[in-house]
Amino acid sequence: MPNKKTIDEKTVKHVAGLSRINLSGKEVKLYQRQLTGILGYINKLNELDTKDTLPTSHPLGNLKNVFRKDSVRKSLSAEDVLKNAPAKKDGFFKVPKIIE
Amino acid sequence: MKDYEIVIGLEAHVQLLTESKVFCGCSTKFGLAPNSSTCPVCLGLPGVLPVLNEKAFLYAIKTALALNCRIQDIIKFDRKNYYYPDLPKNFQISQYDKPLAYSGYIEIEHNNAKKKIRITRVHLEEDAGKLIHEPGKGLSYVDFNRTGIPLLEIVSEPDISSPEEGSAYLQELKSILQYLKVSDCNMEEGSLRCDANISVRPRGEGSLGVKAELKNMNSFKAVRDALSYEAKRHVELLRKGERIVQETRLWNERKQITELMRTKEETHDYRYFPEPDLVPFTVDKKEIDRIKRSLPELPQAKKKRFIALYGLGKYDAGVLTRDMEISNFFEETIKLFDNPKKIANWLSGDIASILNERKITIGRTRFKPAHLAELLDLIHTEEITGKMAKEILPEIFDRGISPKEIVRSKGLKQIKDAGELASVIDDVLRENKKSIDDYKKGKVNALIFLVGQVMRKTKGQANPKIVNEILKKRLEGGG
Repeated sequence: MPNKKTIDEKTVKHVAGLSRINLSGKEVKLYQRQLTGILGYINKLNELDTKDTLPTSHPLGNLKNVFRKDSVRKSLSAEDVLKNAPAKKDGFFKVPKIIE
Repeated sequence: MKDYEIVIGLEAHVQLLTESKVFCGCSTKFGLAPNSSTCPVCLGLPGVLPVLNEKAFLYAIKTALALNCRIQDIIKFDRKNYYYPDLPKNFQISQYDKPLAYSGYIEIEHNNAKKKIRITRVHLEEDAGKLIHEPGKGLSYVDFNRTGIPLLEIVSEPDISSPEEGSAYLQELKSILQYLKVSDCNMEEGSLRCDANISVRPRGEGSLGVKAELKNMNSFKAVRDALSYEAKRHVELLRKGERIVQETRLWNERKQITELMRTKEETHDYRYFPEPDLVPFTVDKKEIDRIKRSLPELPQAKKKRFIALYGLGKYDAGVLTRDMEISNFFEETIKLFDNPKKIANWLSGDIASILNERKITIGRTRFKPAHLAELLDLIHTEEITGKMAKEILPEIFDRGISPKEIVRSKGLKQIKDAGELASVIDDVLRENKKSIDDYKKGKVNALIFLVGQVMRKTKGQANPKIVNEILKKRLEGGG
């Protein structure tokens, strides 16, 4: 949303939908206000002149090409991985069916 | 269909042949017990940091260069955000506005015409987990072993103008990747996957028609079938004056149709942003040149060389070089038995059928170039017939022993002695009076039939050339 200073209720609902969150009418209004406030605050950055500045994708400007070797390390046990799962079966996580 | 033009772009996902995942040290082995190859990094637990696998990066660069692409000056990764049970982090590390490489092409040959299919972009990303649906129960099961396996996404321009051309493009891409040894491209195990964008337009029309995105095509045949089906569907809609809706459709292999998955309005909004946990990557020009020079001979170049060096026809050379293992097998065999055409015939005939039947590549069998050379030599020296050679071929595959040994242990040998053949030929002529008459009426096929009968009676051991001569003499000499 480039240069958009306010967030309308439709956008709040859209973003909530993408994040699979159900919001009440009251909450939509609350977040609409709060998100607009946050964006307004961030918008201060637009006052800076960035004509001669390269886009930054990473804060550690000088660091690049950090690799690891292609070697296998021990994984977690399936038992540990599934420990916090609310539902499981035969080593799988069990979830409600989502068709796609 | 003649009044319409088909426009296709393909998007391939290729699993890179690394030992460990792209951002962590978990194994990439296929078929492990569910959720046994995961760790805090690929599960997206709090506080972990991804670190890029050097080999995955190198393989990606190598592939991009083999596809004639330009490498991005500064390569960065982005987060593609979506909520789905196959994605534990709720985002996939991928690349958005600065793909690793861009502006390449593949040269394909289809219907005897060469064509360049341009490559839009090549980028590196991590795979998602695997969902297994249980029909009827409203449940799905999640296995995160595949999460974080390195994938290369290769996107073509909409330069493909028929389902067959699409399949030829994919075949060429697969061959190149196998020659580079960066992927095994096993469509059944999902290490090569393909989605398609397809639209049709009246021939001569400048602007593109509304496209459909096709998914779930798990074989070359499925790609061809799904594209044909979809093209026909579009043309029929247009003929009826209906509007085509932009949508994503799934290929249903069982029903041989495409089915609606979602319309454009429901398309995900991925909210890409730069992945702050990974630093940028660069490859300097010297390194790019070094990798370029180290690229192996690629399928099209090898095909040209096979035609020039071994005097093979275009078709044979194409069949042999499509598969790197077969092309190497061919050249190894030539060193031992210098008859390229004969070797090519066997490789693309009986040997190919056995490989197809057993769903195996030649490198994984016990059949070696020395076996083929020996077998051809046995035929050449007339110790056995071609028919006998065909019969013992499966046994060489099974047991990996020399053809000579099989011939010896079975007591196989060619019958070349005219006296020995005479009685069999007598029998055959007695039983096939009609063929004798046919031959005398000028039907040459009758002779071939009679030779076949003699071969059958001798269980393929008779020397067909000698049988042919004797039969001809007998028939022309008055039976």
